[in-house]
Amino acid sequence: MIWVAAFFTLGVMIWIMAQVLREGLPLLTVDFLSDSPRQMGRSGGIFSTIVGTLLITAVAITIATPLGVGTAVYLREYTREGRISRLIRFGTDCLAGVPSIIFGLFGFVFFVIFLGMGWSILSGGLTLATMILPTIISTAEEAIKTIPKSYREVSYALGGTRWQTVAKVILPNALPGILTGVLLGVGRSVGETAAIILTAGSSFLMPTSLFSPIRTMAIHFYILAREGISMEMAYATGAALILLILAINTAANWLLHRYIRRLEG
Amino acid sequence: MTKEKFLEKFLLFIALSSISILALIAFFIFEQGLPLIWKKGLASFLLGERWYPSQGSFGILPMVVGSFWVTFGSLIVGVPLGVACAVFLCELTPPLVSMVFRPAIQLLAAIPSVIYGFWGLIVLVPLIRDHLGGPGLSILAGSLVLGIMILPTIISISEDSLRALPRSFKEGALSLGATHWQTIWKVLLPAARSGIVASVILGMGRAIGETMAMIMILGNAVQMPHSILHSARTLTTNIGIEMGYATGDHQQALFATGVVLFFIIMGLNSLALIISGRRRS
Amino acid sequence: MVGSTSVQPFAEILAEEYMAHHSGKKIYVQGGGSSAGIQAVRTGAAHIGMSSRRLMGNEENLIDVLIAYDAIAVIVHPKNPLTNLSREQIRQIFSGKVTNWQGVGGWNKAITLVTREEGSGTREAFQNLLMGKTEISLGALVQDSNGAIRQVVKDDPKAIGYISLGLVNDQVKSLAIDGIEANIENINHGRYKIVRPFLFVFTKEPGGLAKSFLDFVLSPDGQKLLVQEGLVAAKGMRR
Repeated sequence: MIWVAAFFTLGVMIWIMAQVLREGLPLLTVDFLSDSPRQMGRSGGIFSTIVGTLLITAVAITIATPLGVGTAVYLREYTREGRISRLIRFGTDCLAGVPSIIFGLFGFVFFVIFLGMGWSILSGGLTLATMILPTIISTAEEAIKTIPKSYREVSYALGGTRWQTVAKVILPNALPGILTGVLLGVGRSVGETAAIILTAGSSFLMPTSLFSPIRTMAIHFYILAREGISMEMAYATGAALILLILAINTAANWLLHRYIRRLEG
Repeated sequence: MTKEKFLEKFLLFIALSSISILALIAFFIFEQGLPLIWKKGLASFLLGERWYPSQGSFGILPMVVGSFWVTFGSLIVGVPLGVACAVFLCELTPPLVSMVFRPAIQLLAAIPSVIYGFWGLIVLVPLIRDHLGGPGLSILAGSLVLGIMILPTIISISEDSLRALPRSFKEGALSLGATHWQTIWKVLLPAARSGIVASVILGMGRAIGETMAMIMILGNAVQMPHSILHSARTLTTNIGIEMGYATGDHQQALFATGVVLFFIIMGLNSLALIISGRRRS
Repeated sequence: MVGSTSVQPFAEILAEEYMAHHSGKKIYVQGGGSSAGIQAVRTGAAHIGMSSRRLMGNEENLIDVLIAYDAIAVIVHPKNPLTNLSREQIRQIFSGKVTNWQGVGGWNKAITLVTREEGSGTREAFQNLLMGKTEISLGALVQDSNGAIRQVVKDDPKAIGYISLGLVNDQVKSLAIDGIEANIENINHGRYKIVRPFLFVFTKEPGGLAKSFLDFVLSPDGQKLLVQEGLVAAKGMRR
């Protein structure tokens, strides 16, 4: 009976992906990917949305990675478990549970209005950064935690300072694990919709600066699917989105495996 | 040495970013939302049954009820299937198979919610409408899709809990003559209980926070739902669907909805942390 | 440009056409609703506000220019046998008083009501022009765009909703109201009255790119584009 449940579950999940892929893959031509949307998405391609997605993700990663890795390094190398570390962990855990629409509201009132950034790549990217921060902190911490004590001891024995140990021993060895976390963050950014609609606008023109509004692939897909403007375009966009996520996840898993193997070897 | 000290302070500053962001979020959301709650009164806001912003009515009870039903429904779908899958992967298959399935499940967790919503719209909604009645855009559709969306969370955490159990539990039970099934039901699952419960609470948090897919398939009617075939609106979709146009009191009311959501999520989070006892990753 | 999501798709098409002939110029079109658009123009966040309703009270010190008229059509599924409803019947349906199609002479099926969300200019126009003082039922399904309403109606034979006339295609059927069809001719002759103005709003006399774009929109080419998409030309109305 459990077999039935398990296969049913996996079957449904695969069905969902397959549905979109089946309809959309044939439409994924090079033209489609390199052309921008026209006539409100009725024709043309999704190039500007691809660019938009990449830019906003880049902003998010650029901000969140140093913050996240820095936090992980501090927690693991610079303090013992105490009040401060508990506070930091509490903050991280809570942040991880906040719904995306709340991030959207926050991003809107803080970045768009209060800081005056308007609906832009910057507002959206910064909002995304706050959303993926907990993920990067967790994975970076895990990565640092698994580095054998001996590495540190050798470094200190050789006269290295704490920072030197961190910079030259810890970080390089934790790199694959950290990258996995970054990739996970990228995956999340690519799929995010609610928070970005409220902070990055929905104009599908090619952005000219970090202050331009953009439409990401996920948002474009959402709009096409709901408006019924063109089902084909919707499917194609969805297929592109799924493939992108597939690529990111596969890369993350491959990195993880290489990392595990290196630690064992 | 001063460089070291400086670096330490600097890193501390960075490390406080997560809690600072949390505080910022709370501050700004509350700043926008609380005045409205003050103005209309907490009771009339939380328990009011009428949401009609153009006439100044801001009761969110239908949305609270909607969130509850949809989340509850998603747990009914997601928990049995999820725990079953976890047991399946942990106990009933060779380690090689589960090693293949893990990344597959992670992948499914990464699929954007709008894709799930789209599928629900194209496949589930017509099915429900044509065979069960109602508009199809309903709590039933929402629960089913949401249940599927929280499966990866429940599966991976439950599986972790089961795997973390000492082998002695299983071996002890088997050596006492229990069958594999009995071992699973009476020994392993109860022992992994706290991990499984934590996964359920986390799944619940994810379910309550879902917006886009729900906007697509719940129908968003603003009335108290009386059946799973009725359309409904959750706290999240209320914000999502009206935020684009709202101004003044209306906008503040949406932030106030956010305040309520915030409290609910914080409550759930704390519950999960207490139960699991360890930090989830 | 910021404002009404009803005006938005048409503004985007106009902008696309304009930018095709004026390379180097960029026009960003953003939704957010008529009220948000007017607000944005006031604060300077946008150069042009798009509105699907007339300016009210404290907005009257802004400059508005009519660019087209848009009619609101009440739509049902093509299989729905009805072709005409009276205003009173429409009010009864949308207020939830009548819940079965039988109540207006149709099938024996429960009515699926669809409406736009609160704050939408389309909903406001529907409310003012058709419903009057009668409230729209709280049990109605709510979708956040006209396109989404069209989707629901096209898939559900029991559904009834309202959208911009310009969005009506052969997937849905628009009803005649009190015997008057929703088409361009009836609108131009003032017979079909469920019509609202599409406005561009400015804080002061537009100059530069804004003026150039506005001129294009009001030119015969621009107006032709709008009519092609289902709107009624600004000068077409005969009252």
